[in-house]
Amino acid sequence: MNDANNALDQETHIEGPLYAAAKRIYPQRVHGLFRNIKWYTLLACLGVYYFLPFLRWNRGPNLPDQAVLLDLANRRFYFFFIEIWPQEVYYFTGLLIIAALVLFLMNSVGGRIWCGYLCPQTVWTDLFMAVERHIEGDRRDRIKLDAEPWHTQKIIKKVAKHTVWLGIAWWTGGAWVLYFADAPTLVRDLIFFDAPMTAYLWIGILTFTTYALAGHMREQVCLYMCPWPRIQAALTDEKALNVTYRYDRGEPRMSVKEAVKVRATGAPAGDCVDCMQCVNVCPTGVDIRHGSQLGCIQCGLCIDACDTVMTKIGRPTRLIAYDTDDAVNARIKGLPYEYKLIRARTLMYVAIIAIVGGAMIYQLATRMTAGISVLHDRQPLFVTLSDGSIRNAYTVRLLNKRPDNRQFALTIDAPPGAVAQVVGAVETADWRPIVEVGPDRTLEIRLLITMPKDAVKEKSQLITIKASDLFAGEVVSAVDHFIGPGS
Amino acid sequence: MSAHLEKDAVTGTATTGHEWDGIKELNTPLPKWWLQVFYATIIWSFGYFIVYPSWPLINGHLPGLFGYSSRAEVVKDLADLKVRRGAQATALEKASLEDILKSPDMSRIALAQGKAAFGDNCAPCHGLGGVGGKGYPNLIDDDWLWGGKLDDIHTTLVNGARWTGNDETRLSDMVGFVKQGLLKSDEADASIEYVRSLAKLDVAQGADLAKGKKVFADNCASCHGDDGKGKQEVGAPNLTDAIWLFGSDRKSMTETVYNGRMGVMPAWGNRLDPVTIKSLTVYVHSLGGGK
Repeated sequence: MNDANNALDQETHIEGPLYAAAKRIYPQRVHGLFRNIKWYTLLACLGVYYFLPFLRWNRGPNLPDQAVLLDLANRRFYFFFIEIWPQEVYYFTGLLIIAALVLFLMNSVGGRIWCGYLCPQTVWTDLFMAVERHIEGDRRDRIKLDAEPWHTQKIIKKVAKHTVWLGIAWWTGGAWVLYFADAPTLVRDLIFFDAPMTAYLWIGILTFTTYALAGHMREQVCLYMCPWPRIQAALTDEKALNVTYRYDRGEPRMSVKEAVKVRATGAPAGDCVDCMQCVNVCPTGVDIRHGSQLGCIQCGLCIDACDTVMTKIGRPTRLIAYDTDDAVNARIKGLPYEYKLIRARTLMYVAIIAIVGGAMIYQLATRMTAGISVLHDRQPLFVTLSDGSIRNAYTVRLLNKRPDNRQFALTIDAPPGAVAQVVGAVETADWRPIVEVGPDRTLEIRLLITMPKDAVKEKSQLITIKASDLFAGEVVSAVDHFIGPGS
Repeated sequence: MSAHLEKDAVTGTATTGHEWDGIKELNTPLPKWWLQVFYATIIWSFGYFIVYPSWPLINGHLPGLFGYSSRAEVVKDLADLKVRRGAQATALEKASLEDILKSPDMSRIALAQGKAAFGDNCAPCHGLGGVGGKGYPNLIDDDWLWGGKLDDIHTTLVNGARWTGNDETRLSDMVGFVKQGLLKSDEADASIEYVRSLAKLDVAQGADLAKGKKVFADNCASCHGDDGKGKQEVGAPNLTDAIWLFGSDRKSMTETVYNGRMGVMPAWGNRLDPVTIKSLTVYVHSLGGGK
C-alpha cells in the first residue's frame, strides 16, 4: 500500500520550478577572424536593408523608378528589371523553394551559417549589443552596473542605451515602409506628417518588434520562438562543418602550469584551460564544450575567443574550430580524415537549386508581355438568334504588361462562317475587332461569337480565341468551348 | 511530498518524475516571460471588453467606449461610396446614352453598375445574363418586341409594359381570339397552321392554309403585319423567325391564340434613379442584342 502511494507520489509530483527566469547573458567583447566576418556581414545586410529603397531604376514613363517596390495599391511588385503581377506569384514560390534549398545546402556545408551570420535576429541583436557595449562597457562593467543600486550614472547610461536602441528600431520600421511606396516622397511625407496612417502604424509596429526582439528577447527568440534550430538539428550530419570543440585535443582540462607538469611525465594533457572565455563571449550563453546544441547559433565567436587564449599560452590555435564529427572521431582513432565538400548530399542540393533556378530563369526570359483569359458565359450557354444561328458570349480579359498603349486584334479559330464581335469595339480592320489596352493594365471585353445554324453540329466544340498585337506581333491565345443545342 | 529529486545522468537536468516506457521527461522550465505574455493577453482582452460592444443587457448591449457598430460602418462606407461616385454619377446623368456607350470610361462604370442593378431587379424574371424564359423575353438575342435601340430599351425600362398607372407604358393587346368569340376554333386552328408555315415549322397534314391566310389577314395582320414579321411600334413579335417567347409547339400556340398573352413588365422609372436606369440600358444593350 505504502509502496503504491509512493509510486503515485513520484509519478504525479513534479520537482523543481515549472517556470524559470531567463538567465541574463553578458557577452564579452571579442576580436578575430569570425568577429570581423560578422561585422562585414552586418554592414552589408543592414546597408542593403536601409538603403535599397532609395536605389532608382529607370523603367520608362508610366512606371515607378524605384528598384525594389511592393506596390500593393496597384498590385505590382518591381524588382530591378522584373515586374511581377499578382497572378505570377509563383515566382515567389520558386524563390522560397530556392531559399529553403540554399539553407539546406549551407547546413550540409557549414552548419548554421544562416543563424550565425545572416539571420535578421542575429544581425540586429549584434548591433544592439555593440551599442550596449559602447555605452555600458564590456561584460564585467555591465554585470557590475546591473548589480549596483540606481544612481545618476546608471540612469544616464540606461536612458542613453534605450534611446539609441529605440532610434535604431524606429529607423528599421521607417526603412520597412519605404519598400511599399516611393521612398523619397514617403520620407518627405513622413517628416511633414503627410504620410498615410498605415505608414506610421507599421513604423510603430516594427519599432516595437525590433526594440523588443533585438534589445530584450535576443537569444530567447532562438531558444523558444524560432523553428529553425529544431529543423537544422535534423539537417546537419557528421560530415558537415560545425563549430566544434575538439575534445580529442582539449580533454582532460587542466591549468597551464599543471599541463606543463603532466606533459613532462609523458601523460596526456588537454589544451583546454577552462578559462570560460568561449562561454563569456557567446551571444546565446551556451558552453560549446557540451557539443553541438540547440542554443548554439554557430557564429564562431568562441573560436576567436579560444584562439586568443591559445595564442597567449603558446598552444596551437583552433581548439574550437569549424570541424566535422567524423574528423574528431577519426583523430581519436588515429585515422586520417579529409573534409569532403563535394558529396552526394551537397551535389543533390546544388542540382535541385540549379533545376529550380533554371526553370525560373527560363520562365522569366520567355515571359509574355501580353495575356488573355477567357470565361464563357455561364448563363445562358448559348442563344438562338432570329435567323436560327447560334451565339455564344465570352468575357475576355486582355493583359498588357508593357508600359505603353497596345492595340490587339481579336480573331478566332472556328469553323467557317463563325463571326467574332466585340461589344463596344471602336475600330475593325480586315473584319477583326480591334481593342486598345492601356499601359500596364488589363481590359475586360465582351466577345460574341455567332455561327450559322448548319455549322453548329455538336453540343460543344473547341474554339481558339487569339489576340494579336498589331505592332509588336505578339500573339496570345486561349481555348474555350462553343456550345450549341446539339442535334 | 517526497524530497526525491532525480537527475538525468547525461544532461544533469532534473526530471519531472514522469516516465513512459523507460523514457523520463526532463524538467526544462518554461521561461517566465512566456507565462507573462500569456497573462498580458488576458489583460489585453479586458481592453476589448471595455472599448468594444460586449456585455448583453436586457434591452441591447453595452456599447463600449469606441461606440463601434458594424451597422454604422456599413452606413458610413455607403455614404463614402456615394461621395466617391458623385462625379461619375453626374457625368452619367448628363451624358446621352450614345455618349456613354462610346466613352470607354463611362461605359465601364455604367456596365458595372448596370450588371449589379440587373441582378437585383431584372434577373428574377429575365434570368441572370438576360436569358429570359417562357413569357419573359430573352434580352441577349437579336429579336426585340419593343425595339433594341438604346432609346427603345430606355423607354421600356422607364415605363414598363402594360403597367397600370403609367400612361406611357408599352401597350398592346394579344387578346384571346377564341375566348372572346372573335374567332371560331376551326378558324383559329387554321391561322395557327398558316403561321407555322410562315415560320417554316411543320404544318399539319391537310391543313387549309388558304383559310388560315385569310383569317390571318383579317385578324392578325393589323399588328403582326401582312407578312407576319411583326411591328415593334405595337410590340407585335415577328412570327417568321426562330424566336418564340411563349413557345412554338402547337399546344403553346393554341393557348396563345385561344386565350391571349399579356406579359407585364413594371415601370422602373418610379423605382430606380435615372442614372441606374441609364446604366441598365447600356448593360442590356451590351448583352449581345443591342441595335
